[in-house]
Amino acid sequence: MTDAARPASPIAATARSQDLKFYAIWLIAAIGLVALPMIFPSGGSLTSFSLIGISIIFALSYNILLGQTGLLSFGHAVYYGLGGFAVVHMMNAAAAHGWPIPLPFIPLFGGLGGLCFAAVIGWVMTRRAGTVFAMISLGIGELVASSSLILRSLFGGESGITTDRTALPHMFGWTFGPQIQIYYLIAFWVMIAAIAMYALTRTPFGRICNAVRDNPERVEFIGYDPHVVRYLACCFSGLFAGIAGGLTAINFEIANSAYLGAVQSGLVLFATFIGGTAYFFGPILGAILVTYLQLGLTSLTSVWQLYFGIIFIGIVMFSPGGIAGILMMHRPLIRAGTLRTVIPSYLIALLPTLVLICGVILGIETIARYTANQGEGNAINLFGIPFNATAPSTWIVAIAMIVGGYLVARLTWRRIAEAWDRATTGARDRGYLA
Amino acid sequence: MTAAIEIRDVEKRFGNVGIIHGLNLSVAKGERHAVIGPNGAGKSTTFNLISGHIAPTSGEIRLNGDLISGLRPFEINRRGLSRSFQITNVFARMTVWENVRCAVLWATGHRYAFWKNVDDLPEVRQRTAEILDDINLFHRRDVPAGLLTYAEQRELEIGITIAGGADVIMLDEPTAGMSHAETERAVALIRRLTEGRTLVIVEHDMSVVFGLADRISVLVYGHIIASGSPDEIRGNPKVKEAYLGEEAT
Repeated sequence: MTDAARPASPIAATARSQDLKFYAIWLIAAIGLVALPMIFPSGGSLTSFSLIGISIIFALSYNILLGQTGLLSFGHAVYYGLGGFAVVHMMNAAAAHGWPIPLPFIPLFGGLGGLCFAAVIGWVMTRRAGTVFAMISLGIGELVASSSLILRSLFGGESGITTDRTALPHMFGWTFGPQIQIYYLIAFWVMIAAIAMYALTRTPFGRICNAVRDNPERVEFIGYDPHVVRYLACCFSGLFAGIAGGLTAINFEIANSAYLGAVQSGLVLFATFIGGTAYFFGPILGAILVTYLQLGLTSLTSVWQLYFGIIFIGIVMFSPGGIAGILMMHRPLIRAGTLRTVIPSYLIALLPTLVLICGVILGIETIARYTANQGEGNAINLFGIPFNATAPSTWIVAIAMIVGGYLVARLTWRRIAEAWDRATTGARDRGYLA
Repeated sequence: MTAAIEIRDVEKRFGNVGIIHGLNLSVAKGERHAVIGPNGAGKSTTFNLISGHIAPTSGEIRLNGDLISGLRPFEINRRGLSRSFQITNVFARMTVWENVRCAVLWATGHRYAFWKNVDDLPEVRQRTAEILDDINLFHRRDVPAGLLTYAEQRELEIGITIAGGADVIMLDEPTAGMSHAETERAVALIRRLTEGRTLVIVEHDMSVVFGLADRISVLVYGHIIASGSPDEIRGNPKVKEAYLGEEAT
């Protein structure tokens, strides 16, 4: 076939309209990031936004491995933490020697730190995928985390290494002392890193990453070495994780061994998975939700980790595609116009499900207060309503809400399933679903 | 003229179990060569040896005169040999278009490029479209490969195999599990797509083998007992006894 115009043009046309949509989305995101502090100007929300921005970069970098290349890493915080330490040392050296490096460029050195470590350790680590990779990543993570406590000159021991972000040359008259300036610095890097990581998925290398994820054996028979593909993915992932770690170090003006540890590695896995690994925007949603919950729940309840665990198990069991997976399930229905047949069943299910969830929360809080935190007294306050943790009535209410909520909710969930069947059949009939 | 594939005294043992003993096989350039034999004769192992999936215990394998035994599959693929698999082996979560495009990328020289937009490569797009046209899957290009029908997945498997433009094509039971009509379509497809290239095919369907092959080799218990034109193989008493005889009774 010599006439390439016929098959190529419809694809080129859809690619062009996708391009437009694509630029529009990034533009809206940029405007949103600029406008956010104007809508929520309080110091607390600026801190929250800064941390959310950092975890967005971190989670996206993790998804280069997990979602794009199919590599489950248990030690991703190593690159993040080393990026943080690289930045702190760089800032201290620049301040001491008077090097003319303005703060906005400093996160690059974090990326460089993450990249260098990934480039050195990655070749051995990515020799095999699957369980072998996961185990080696766990081992390296532990190795680096424990050596961070031993190598005091490099990692500063338990107290870490501090720095002063205002000691560097100022740029546009910004001192980078106030949190608002740090927020904009982070927002700038979120845009740069997110665009770069998205662009990476649209390159020949990015496509082959997906092929390695789906079927590494077959990749060998179309000319590619899956080991090299995994290695490069590991390097890119380390680069962006290092940038995230560097921004954290700038934000807190400190880097310590907690940045490198298993908790940090667990959190990024958690955020990425909850958000959904199959779509590029999934980890962004996960990072926003998890960071927000982390900041919000810790002040509300002492057993916030338990809630994290329950959410994680719930997602793994009922929606392995994460939040992005749930959202994208609705796309063919929206296109086919059959979504409205599902919405009423959602609304009906909402009330009993909320009752069930509130019952579970009441149960957890009462038990936690009764067993672990007795010193705090028996009075607990949930949703503005005071309860007594030792009163039988509280326990009866909790059990009644759980049992009753579950029994009713189950019926409404069945209605959702039926409505879904009808809606997807409708969408399939109209050709919006394969 | 050097042969496209030359196998000399190849042995393959898994522990103490010998699967292939003293395998000798020569496939001339441009030839359509079928390998037949009863189940467990070592046909798939032979394919795996040639394509680098497993390394021979001893002996040598040459592709266009170059020694390839012991090389990794991607190194052999880059030298112009491409194979399909008996069990459908595609990139299930990627679309049909992306499956074929991935197979085009190395051959068009883009390798591990992470600085080019994959949608902005006209020659990749054109070649992908051509391959999809060839295997009649252009209208299914946006469907994830895992959702294709079985026959379509087999066609995609062939498409991925030929997409890199290799001049030696090896197909492992391309029509296995297909209906009669699907088999006929697949044979016509294979005949058309391997025009001017060397083809090695493992196949159980004798009508496919005798309709397609210029030469046939019969593999029994890990070595070739006969090699020749379809007529010679039909008339060979050893083959009748070992293989066709069983079929006839």
